[in-house]
Amino acid sequence: MREITAAAVTETVAALCTEANVLLPPDVEEAMARACREEPWKPAADLLRILRDNADIARRERMPICQDTGMAVIFADVGQELHIAGDFAAAVNEGVRRGYVDGLLRKSVVGDPLRRVNTGDNTPAILHTRLVSGDRLTLTVAPKGFGSENMSRLKMLTPAQGVQGVKDFVTETVRLAGANPCPPMVLGVGIGGDFEGVAELAKRALMLPLDGHHEDPFYADLERELLELANATGIGPQGFGGRTTCIGLRILTLPTHIAGLPVAVNVSCHVTRHRTAVL
Amino acid sequence: MAIHLTAPLDESVVRSLRAGDAVLLSGTVYTARDAAHLRMLDCLENGEPLPFDPEGQVIYYAGPTPTPPGRAIGSIGPTTSVRMDAATPTLLAHGLRGMIGKGLRGEAVIEAMKRHGAVYFAAVGGAAALMAGCVRSCEVIAWDDLGPESVKKLEIEDLPLITAIDAEGRNAFDEGQAAYLASVSASRKNDCEVRL
Repeated sequence: MREITAAAVTETVAALCTEANVLLPPDVEEAMARACREEPWKPAADLLRILRDNADIARRERMPICQDTGMAVIFADVGQELHIAGDFAAAVNEGVRRGYVDGLLRKSVVGDPLRRVNTGDNTPAILHTRLVSGDRLTLTVAPKGFGSENMSRLKMLTPAQGVQGVKDFVTETVRLAGANPCPPMVLGVGIGGDFEGVAELAKRALMLPLDGHHEDPFYADLERELLELANATGIGPQGFGGRTTCIGLRILTLPTHIAGLPVAVNVSCHVTRHRTAVL
Repeated sequence: MAIHLTAPLDESVVRSLRAGDAVLLSGTVYTARDAAHLRMLDCLENGEPLPFDPEGQVIYYAGPTPTPPGRAIGSIGPTTSVRMDAATPTLLAHGLRGMIGKGLRGEAVIEAMKRHGAVYFAAVGGAAALMAGCVRSCEVIAWDDLGPESVKKLEIEDLPLITAIDAEGRNAFDEGQAAYLASVSASRKNDCEVRL
């Protein structure tokens, strides 16, 4: 059986935290470049250029793109033929601690949701672990800002509401979010599964490439249509009007119960960050 | 052209601003976000002094990243303002003249802004590495235990802002979106006429 050490996990997570916060994923950068080229409304185009300049400065000067360097959301796909020597969850959290402390990232986590004392090192992370085939460990670090997270919504629709219900819910979510999540947004849409499953689906959908589409043409078309609906709202960059309200929307689905149609929209922003490494 | 202003601000200057005006703000502003607002309300309730006298001042809803060596500040951009709405009318009644954040405000805040003569600016959300270049100094003046949420005194130079809500209650979000949507329907109408 292949073996890696917990120390290797820590080192990788720390590096991913820092990198994710200063470098935009290439597909997000390309989506922003495209929005800059295609935005017809001048005030909106001016704002988009500021956001692109900001990403350039962050890359050049190794500064966090956004001051909200997020909660560290970590997806770990662990190969069942792999042995990790040491405490895995502790190793991940130690990586987050080092990444955020040494990388001069903001510590945005409180240890208790109601008594609210800052933990001082951005731990604990939100850790999603899956057992998969093979002998590798795939780690994705996705720092998630809460300006957009706060605008995210979940609804248990009825089967009769169908695809129209999903369209209405996504559009309503975009309208309610308005200027708050720092538009242009990126939307991760989960459809199906159950209550907690659909929320995780929506978050995972945010990791998908913005220049790709769902493999099922039905859902690929729905991705395009929902993106058009979002961009027809007129909210525009920062909420001051324009076409570019949303630079990307991806859907993930799961089988669901005969009685239900769960849908979740995880709202993200133009600083949709994620970085992956395979050990 | 952007209007150059220096904080603290006079009421007459604030009342002359119109929603949509671009502003380059210099001078002194104070950061405060969720936790600091709760503590400021506690101070007022208990008759204790605030970390700064709000008269004429501007609060920036922001929590920067840690300051790297050799720099004045880390990345800094606005947080969502509506979360501070519950505390804002009280601070406006104590003379607060301006706020910097992102997103729309509630009716109670807008009414208090009109009554007391205050302005709400939007900074570009997420342009935090760029806006760090507008900060000359950063000093924690209260509640260091709050970490990123402590109250900081910033000296800024030409921070680019949009007058999001003016002292008459007009807001640049609704006006901007309506103008854009009107331009879209106008161009659609033109397309139809060309086809006819």
